[in-house]
Amino acid sequence: MVYSYYPGCTLKTKAKDLDRYARLCAEKLGAPLCELEEWQCCGGAFTTASDEVATKLASVRALAAAKEKGGILVTVCSACHNVLKQTNKAIRENSEFASKVTNYMKPENPYSGETRVIHFLELLRDEIGFDKLAEAVTNPLTGRKIAAYYGCLLLRPSSALAMDDPENPTIIEDFIKALGAEPVIYPMRNECCGGYITLEDKASAEKKSSAVVRSCEEFGADTVITACPLCLYNLKKNSGADIPIVYFTELLAEALGIKDGGNT
Amino acid sequence: MQKIGVFVCHCGTNIAATVDVQKVAQTLKNEPGVVFSTDYQYMCSESGQDIIKNAIAEYKLTGVVICSCSPRMHEATFRRAAEKAGLNPYMVEIANIREQCSWIHKEMQTATEKAVILGRAAIAKVHLNAPLTAGESPVTKRALVIGGGIAGIQTALDIADAGFNVDIVEKKPTIGGKMAQIDKTFPTLDCAACILTPKMVDCAQNDKINIYAYSEVEDISGFVGNFSVKIRKKARYVDETKCTGCGLCTEKCPQKNVPNEFNLGFDNRRAIYIPFAQAVPKKATIDPDYCTMLKTGKCGVCSKLCTAGAIDYKQKDQIIEEKYGAIIVATGFEPIKVDKYDEFAYSQSKDVVTSLELERLMNAAGPTKGTLLRPSDGTHPHTIVFVQCVGSRCEDEKGKPYCSKVCCMYTAKHAMLIREKYPDTEVYVFYIDVRTPGKNFDEFYRRAVEQYGVHYIKGMVGKVMPRADGKLEVRASDLLLGKQLHIDADMVVLAVAIEPDKTARPLATMLTASMDTNDFFTEAHPKLRPVESPTAGIFLSGMCQGPKDIPETVAQASAAAAKAIGLLCKDKLTCNPCVAHSDEMMCNGCSLCANVCPYGAITYVDKEFRMPNRTTAIRRVSSVNPAVCQGCGACTVACPSGAMDLSGFSNRQIMSEVDAICK
Repeated sequence: MVYSYYPGCTLKTKAKDLDRYARLCAEKLGAPLCELEEWQCCGGAFTTASDEVATKLASVRALAAAKEKGGILVTVCSACHNVLKQTNKAIRENSEFASKVTNYMKPENPYSGETRVIHFLELLRDEIGFDKLAEAVTNPLTGRKIAAYYGCLLLRPSSALAMDDPENPTIIEDFIKALGAEPVIYPMRNECCGGYITLEDKASAEKKSSAVVRSCEEFGADTVITACPLCLYNLKKNSGADIPIVYFTELLAEALGIKDGGNT
Repeated sequence: MQKIGVFVCHCGTNIAATVDVQKVAQTLKNEPGVVFSTDYQYMCSESGQDIIKNAIAEYKLTGVVICSCSPRMHEATFRRAAEKAGLNPYMVEIANIREQCSWIHKEMQTATEKAVILGRAAIAKVHLNAPLTAGESPVTKRALVIGGGIAGIQTALDIADAGFNVDIVEKKPTIGGKMAQIDKTFPTLDCAACILTPKMVDCAQNDKINIYAYSEVEDISGFVGNFSVKIRKKARYVDETKCTGCGLCTEKCPQKNVPNEFNLGFDNRRAIYIPFAQAVPKKATIDPDYCTMLKTGKCGVCSKLCTAGAIDYKQKDQIIEEKYGAIIVATGFEPIKVDKYDEFAYSQSKDVVTSLELERLMNAAGPTKGTLLRPSDGTHPHTIVFVQCVGSRCEDEKGKPYCSKVCCMYTAKHAMLIREKYPDTEVYVFYIDVRTPGKNFDEFYRRAVEQYGVHYIKGMVGKVMPRADGKLEVRASDLLLGKQLHIDADMVVLAVAIEPDKTARPLATMLTASMDTNDFFTEAHPKLRPVESPTAGIFLSGMCQGPKDIPETVAQASAAAAKAIGLLCKDKLTCNPCVAHSDEMMCNGCSLCANVCPYGAITYVDKEFRMPNRTTAIRRVSSVNPAVCQGCGACTVACPSGAMDLSGFSNRQIMSEVDAICK
């Protein structure tokens, strides 16, 4: 099985740990990620405009490239995951959008939504299996209380992302259990961190992200994990929290005994 | 050659505004066989019918074509008129130029052309019509009520009151339905049990009423006046004739941890149980999923205790077969599951409850003996938030598109009762609209606001967050102030949408009764025949037809009973003569028709036929029971040899209609 991999630009700059540990862990778990050649930025949050075509073309190129190479595309960044899945759904279901894309790109083989986009968490849950993951853990995180922070992009809109219940998700909690730690359920886990508003109105972002972290601490978490570089930024820089906030792939690497590039 | 009269109806402006009715009448006058053609404002009115009757007499018409509304609306009316004028009623054909023409077109010219074509097709058909005579079938003077809630109870009592036998089939061990679980009823605040349980007792004591509790309808065949029904009486493992309902077994059974469905899981019952003290029939039932004796063969405590010797671990399901003249559906409703609305944290906090659960929490016979306590820690709640329209009036597939109708009123009731009993408790109600049409309803709601100081806030709750300190942080919007609100609540109550009971859909299939996309039974006419199903002999009572409160349910239940009584009063019913028949000489005995017949009207017989050279041969040929056939025509389409034909809708008639349209 070939898993094409779309890291996204933030993972090459600010969120190197998210990327590095995802690759290391995937290899250790026997599902190595094969980075797409010449991928471009997914277009970030701007692509959510439904009447916009040009900003979605880079995503379509990535999806079409993955179709040629096994048909599965793995992403790990919440935002890329959101954009790729939404674009894929639009290609499949919105014929006007699909024909505009085809007319613009004039590809040799038109792309019509065949690629299956999965988040790295879905790779762990559906392809590898959390039970197999639990067997592969060499350094179980027994006694740790981990809070999963989903943020708003990872699961919503659920009709397009089709990954888990957006209001009462279980995927990261099950992941935490597989690593031997105890998941902390807290009500703010799928609330917004403030997102890009930190550029405009820092006070708002501070309010949002500190409410999230306070809620984690209130329920006794010792670590917060997330899949989103922007969430990580806001929770670290804007919440004023002391609690460690890391990417879920880093926690995975720790449990698999390969943190800091340890021997694989 | 037939002598045909054509009658074009204006239907006020319903048809005449889009179709040039005079032109239609004039054009159709030139069709072969048409000797009279006219138009009139309301053909279905008395004077309209007189035009038809007079024309039949004057022009000695042998066939009549009426260009009007759908035959579902007035075919019977026009057939009666023709019959009164001495014409065989099956010589009347309807061209539907309203539903299938004027209502769906905008342009007069095209609509008029289409109306002419439809009229022409009907004329072509009448040329091939032959007089048909309807047979008669007897009526079984017994009614079946499916569902034993307040709707079924009321219907059964009214039918019994008219002197007919009624059977109630109820899937639960007791009748009473949802109303038995409710605490008080709006707008008068009578105790639900006080007005329901006497009616339950009336059912039990009425010798015309027979209750099959803990039973389900398994199969239905037959037709109006002559339904055959198989009822599965599930094994209670208790002999109903011996059990006195003393309840000793239900106190001593060692299996204590069975969630009590009557109290919606707030407390436990035993494996042998009587749902509630006023149950009818008041007989114990063993829950086979939990009984140790039934599961492992070891225990037998109830059997040892029972002085009446009623316990029977070897009891089996029983199949009862009975004949009925009329069937009344009263299958009721269920609240929808709220798992798709987890923003309200129903699955995350015990203190988020549905409105029906709140009824049990406030009921004197409920798990807390009527004291309202938080389910999580048993403390007194000081702040309660109600969320309206959870799943109702919902545009996406998570919820229901309709208004559940009863929630605004019962929420006002809950809010008022809580404020009355616990004045220190603040009550907030979040609503989209408050809908209170009904006698004394708006006054009731205003009393909640003005007299009891309930905080009504227009807006929706976005999220309920269970906090570590046990409080529920409610985040909501106040649409009138344009503000976000945060309320620290002790309890949140969800006014959950209602949906038809899950058993309704398979039942509708058995009854061949139609349903809408929400699985509510469809009425024969939304205004004029609201308690009858389009399937003859099937009547609708209560919530199975659409959301209703108790007064409306009872009114509809009595109306359905009146309709059923009207049917049961008759000794004989006129059959539909438009039934299938098979040409034995052409039938090759392939069985295709019997396989597609939804009514089981077709059987096969071995018949002797004369063959060449004075020989005979036995051939297997199909035979239609005209009393069972409903004239759906499925067999005529399936028949590969063309042997099967439908009187009144023969293959030749249909083809000549098609030819007339394509001309």
